[in-house]
Amino acid sequence: MTKSYLSLELIDKSFERGGVRTEVLKQVSLSVDKGEFISIIGHSGCGKSTLLNIVAGLTQATTGVVLLDGRVADEPGPDRAVVFQNHSLLPWLTVYENVRLGVDKVFGSSKSKAERHDWTMRNLELVQMAHAADKRPSEVSGGMKQRVGIARALAMEPKVLLLDEPFGALDALTRAHLQDQVMQIHAELGNTVLMITHDVDEAVLLSDRIVMMTNGPSARIGEILDVPLSRPRRRIELAADRTYLKCREAVLKFLYERHRFVEAAE
Amino acid sequence: MSVTNLKLPQDAAPPHAARVIAFSRTARPGASRRLPAALMTALTNLVPLLVTLSFILVAWQVICSAPDSSLPAPTRVLEESWELIAHPFYVGQGVDQGLFWHISASLQRVAIGYALAAVVGIALGALVGQSALAMRGLDPIFQVLRTVPPLAWLPLSLAAFQDGTPSAIFVIFITAIWPIIINTAVGIRNIPQDYQNVAKVLRLNAFEYFGKIMLPAAAPYIFTGLRIGIGLSWLAIVAAEMLIGGVGIGFFIWDAWNSSLISDIIVALIYVGIVGFLLDRLIALIGRVVTRGTATA
Repeated sequence: MTKSYLSLELIDKSFERGGVRTEVLKQVSLSVDKGEFISIIGHSGCGKSTLLNIVAGLTQATTGVVLLDGRVADEPGPDRAVVFQNHSLLPWLTVYENVRLGVDKVFGSSKSKAERHDWTMRNLELVQMAHAADKRPSEVSGGMKQRVGIARALAMEPKVLLLDEPFGALDALTRAHLQDQVMQIHAELGNTVLMITHDVDEAVLLSDRIVMMTNGPSARIGEILDVPLSRPRRRIELAADRTYLKCREAVLKFLYERHRFVEAAE
Repeated sequence: MSVTNLKLPQDAAPPHAARVIAFSRTARPGASRRLPAALMTALTNLVPLLVTLSFILVAWQVICSAPDSSLPAPTRVLEESWELIAHPFYVGQGVDQGLFWHISASLQRVAIGYALAAVVGIALGALVGQSALAMRGLDPIFQVLRTVPPLAWLPLSLAAFQDGTPSAIFVIFITAIWPIIINTAVGIRNIPQDYQNVAKVLRLNAFEYFGKIMLPAAAPYIFTGLRIGIGLSWLAIVAAEMLIGGVGIGFFIWDAWNSSLISDIIVALIYVGIVGFLLDRLIALIGRVVTRGTATA
């Protein structure tokens, strides 16, 4: 077996509906090192969300296995915390209670009540949401909700942080701000992150490696691109950086050449 | 060109600000007139009701004023039942009690039967909403039983309990439970997948899931069921009490009919209507307070 921290071994996933078998993912294998930031990019419908759900344990792979820190991960759990696309905060709980729910569940036996409170507040401070702790999700903006979602995931101290198009529903300015915050948190805590995205700039800016998926059905990993940019990264400096532009071009080429290829085939 | 264009709004800004200040100044005297304004809103809401009421009363008075009229006119109701209206807290022998005590006896039966229906109904609704197997096994039975009229259960429950009061409570229970079960089940079936995923990632156990996700997520639906249930309970108790006797507003009406006290019946009906209305509003209010967060999901 591989020695990597998180490894996906020959993941196949097919759905069966009314006797018709649709293959979504085919032979997806990926090794992720501890502290690595990986983006998975691909056109919509290529099964990248399915892949994330398999890693999260929310969907079962048809064949293949996900190994995390030497153990098989086939059930959902707080060691693979997910930041959902639409934040998925519980609307009847306050911002604080949403984060606290996870903290209580994960640290209920190992931390005292006061420690759990402090830990909840520390994670809210990390995403700069401590000021809105007592507000309900409906009372804060979309970007703020997503930040709380990130705080909730971080507060569980997951081995892997799974981000499912976390900034997809946000406007460009808020998105840029949150991307910077995620980079900062990643630099500070050194989390292992797996992020689904369809934004090329976001992928290049944030990732150590970019996993490019071919179009579905039977999506595979087409190519894996290393992003050899030093950290910390600043978006303004990178805008004219040659390595950045080259990575960006590589991803764009992959996506658009593949895309054209598939359209012609169909 | 573009420079002048940029400058224009800047020049235009001060008069805008000045206008805002001027507006708030004129608004201030308006604030001191707020009390009369609130009074005005109350009046605009109340006046149509008062007009309708007086129209009904006048029409009733005119129609029932004939000497051979079978129903009493409002003035006669006041005259004949003044004792009843003026002394709601009167305490006498046996069923000879003030209206307050009759209503309170009925409310107690409703409270017990309805509370049981709420607890059992939410539990059964959760079961049916959560498990496809339970749904297939139980839902057809619920769909058949819920069409049985409340009073049809009374003879059976009298046979089972051998006593009036538990039978009446059972009738309330069996009347109120169906809408509670069905609405709870619908609410639980409609819990968004997102919340279920959150619960899975957090590894909430069944008990935590029920309390932290299921109940709050389904609360708006549950309260719809509870509200329908309280209305049906109040409908059923009056009918059930007519048959079981004893202190209670239903039997009071039946007793008044047997004694030909038509005016007393009319006064009792007004009480029944108002109490039913208040019960409905009470559940709606509790629902609004409890589901404050969920409504904006």
